[in-house]
Amino acid sequence: MTTIIEAANLSRVYEVRRGLFAEPGKVRALTEASFSVTAGTTLAVVGESGCGKSTLARLLTMIEPPSEGELVIDGHDVGKSGHSDLAALRKTVQIVFQNPYGSLNPRQKIGSILEEPLLINTDMPGKERREKAADMLQRVGLRPEHYARYPHMFSGGQRQRIAIARALMLDPKILVLDEPVSALDVSIQAQVLNILADLQEELGLTYIFISHDLSVVRFVADEVMVMYLGRPVEIAPVEAVFEQPLHPYTVALLSATPVADPRRPRQNIKLEGELPSPFNPPSGCPFHPRCRYAREKCAEIRPELTLHGPTRVACHGIDEGWIDYTAVPPGGGKAPMPDHAGTAPAERDESAVKSPETGGPL
Amino acid sequence: MPLLHIENLSVTFQTASGPFLAVDSVDFSVDAGERLAIVGESGSGKSVAMLAVMGLLPPTATVTADHMAFDGQDLRQLSRRARRRVVGGDIAMIFQEPMSSLNPCFTVGFQINEALSAHTDLTRSQRRERSVELLRSVGIPEPERRLSAFPHQLSGGMSQRVMIAMATACQPRLLIADEPTTALDVTIQAQILDLLVDLQKEHGMALILITHDMGVVAETAQRVVVQYAGQQVERQDVIGLFDAPHHPYTSALLDALPDRATGDRLPAIRGVVPGQGDRPNGCLFNPRCPYADDTCRTVVPPRQPAALGEALCHYPLNRAEQAA
Repeated sequence: MTTIIEAANLSRVYEVRRGLFAEPGKVRALTEASFSVTAGTTLAVVGESGCGKSTLARLLTMIEPPSEGELVIDGHDVGKSGHSDLAALRKTVQIVFQNPYGSLNPRQKIGSILEEPLLINTDMPGKERREKAADMLQRVGLRPEHYARYPHMFSGGQRQRIAIARALMLDPKILVLDEPVSALDVSIQAQVLNILADLQEELGLTYIFISHDLSVVRFVADEVMVMYLGRPVEIAPVEAVFEQPLHPYTVALLSATPVADPRRPRQNIKLEGELPSPFNPPSGCPFHPRCRYAREKCAEIRPELTLHGPTRVACHGIDEGWIDYTAVPPGGGKAPMPDHAGTAPAERDESAVKSPETGGPL
Repeated sequence: MPLLHIENLSVTFQTASGPFLAVDSVDFSVDAGERLAIVGESGSGKSVAMLAVMGLLPPTATVTADHMAFDGQDLRQLSRRARRRVVGGDIAMIFQEPMSSLNPCFTVGFQINEALSAHTDLTRSQRRERSVELLRSVGIPEPERRLSAFPHQLSGGMSQRVMIAMATACQPRLLIADEPTTALDVTIQAQILDLLVDLQKEHGMALILITHDMGVVAETAQRVVVQYAGQQVERQDVIGLFDAPHHPYTSALLDALPDRATGDRLPAIRGVVPGQGDRPNGCLFNPRCPYADDTCRTVVPPRQPAALGEALCHYPLNRAEQAA
């Protein structure tokens, strides 16, 4: 069991201009993420829009350098590597994007889409490239005659297979899957998930599976990292997350996910409000304005990830034992909501930044 | 008498490559205060059928029906004018993309006001009061201030709340929600679904929910219609549908859900939904159906009785019988 990705305090800050003379704002899209991934397993990254999932994907694929922190991929430190090392390292990490309608060039034939990575990165002769592309088409369940067709001739599921084939052309070790099935219908989603499982088994790939769909995550993941507002709040093996989620956000996320069982009682843990503006994240624990267990301490001191059984979780309530799910089982009765949980910022504009609920300390 | 009663509705689009049958003889009947879900994959004609009811289809579409009545009024006989009074007033619809269904040039207040002035006799100040009340009822904080907000200042969840406020402005008797939560995050989705069900119960509206998400169906609907390639392949109440699906498509669709997976591979449905050029003979599902035989490939299947989920199938599944 070798560790293939090791991230320590990984952060990414974007500067955003907010007017001609205004000080540029800083968005901390990803803050102090520390995690490691074992080769050949799947790490699922879960969270709502704006939680930094896609920023993480951009750092892992080396599209962007991290602002702070250390990222070691396959034994190489990304921050310290030179230009040529990075180019070599990029071949070991490939990405599949969410929307297969947007990620394939409509004017390129499938064959040249698949061969392009080889053309750029290797000096493989044309005949071998062609063979490799045909072989890859077969691996993802397409036929050799699809080689000379254009993307518009394929359905969404087939296009996603092409995108997966393209990502595999350079024999990567790590595949970053950014919401690979969320644009697909259920029956097609199942086909693509099966292909991903087959490929992982055959090629020993490591997957970083970014998704917001917890039922898919439960099926594919070995480990799950739940993110909120740019920070990992819970990292645990998949069974632990689904059987005993610890962080109140994970619990809420699980109870909000619709389950295809009409007999299951509707759960009452509903998150009030929306994600605060990342321009001005709440003080202390980023989740405290929406958390029903929040106490004063949560608004003041930011909790660190600490180990509880198999789970690493960032929550004062868990650390100090005043959150006890055995007393009120998740989905059981309604716990009283603290007053401030009901008011959350609703706007995306600058007034949200100024609004007292999101802004300064309580 | 059902609130909305539709029999044998078909919609054909004239396309460059010939006519395309998007909706193939579907029947609906929705009672007041009922929650019906229409579920199907993309291209199953679930949105088009509802747009036909609303009269919102482009002129390239030909709509035919044996019967199409809302509250006893024949929708086909109505003049455009009379129909506009029904649509938006008694029948309202909300769409999938909340961000793109609001007009970016006008404030939220203006747009709600527009719906009210078109369908009610309220005075200007009463309309403003009603707008505030509506925004409050859909759970928007500080509704007075929010009236002057432009759509770009709102998040996706808030925009969808505004859409719901607009749709319920005239207290419709039927609300059609076309994938209302597909573009939203799960925690926001849960809030919006709760809101829709609460409003539906409070006002005794009928709610038609169009979705592709079986989880959403299980949590909100009372009755379910499953569509495949423009046809209704099964109609059942929600418990029955999930316990004992009778059409092989419904059954396969449920098995393909990752929530229900048992092994390390999902039982996927092979192949894809038939398109315009490759509609099979006989049963439309036969190329993908594990039980299909020669009859399925040649003869159009009959509609089974209600005990078998009104399945459109030669050999409907019956799990109770199989178990016995």
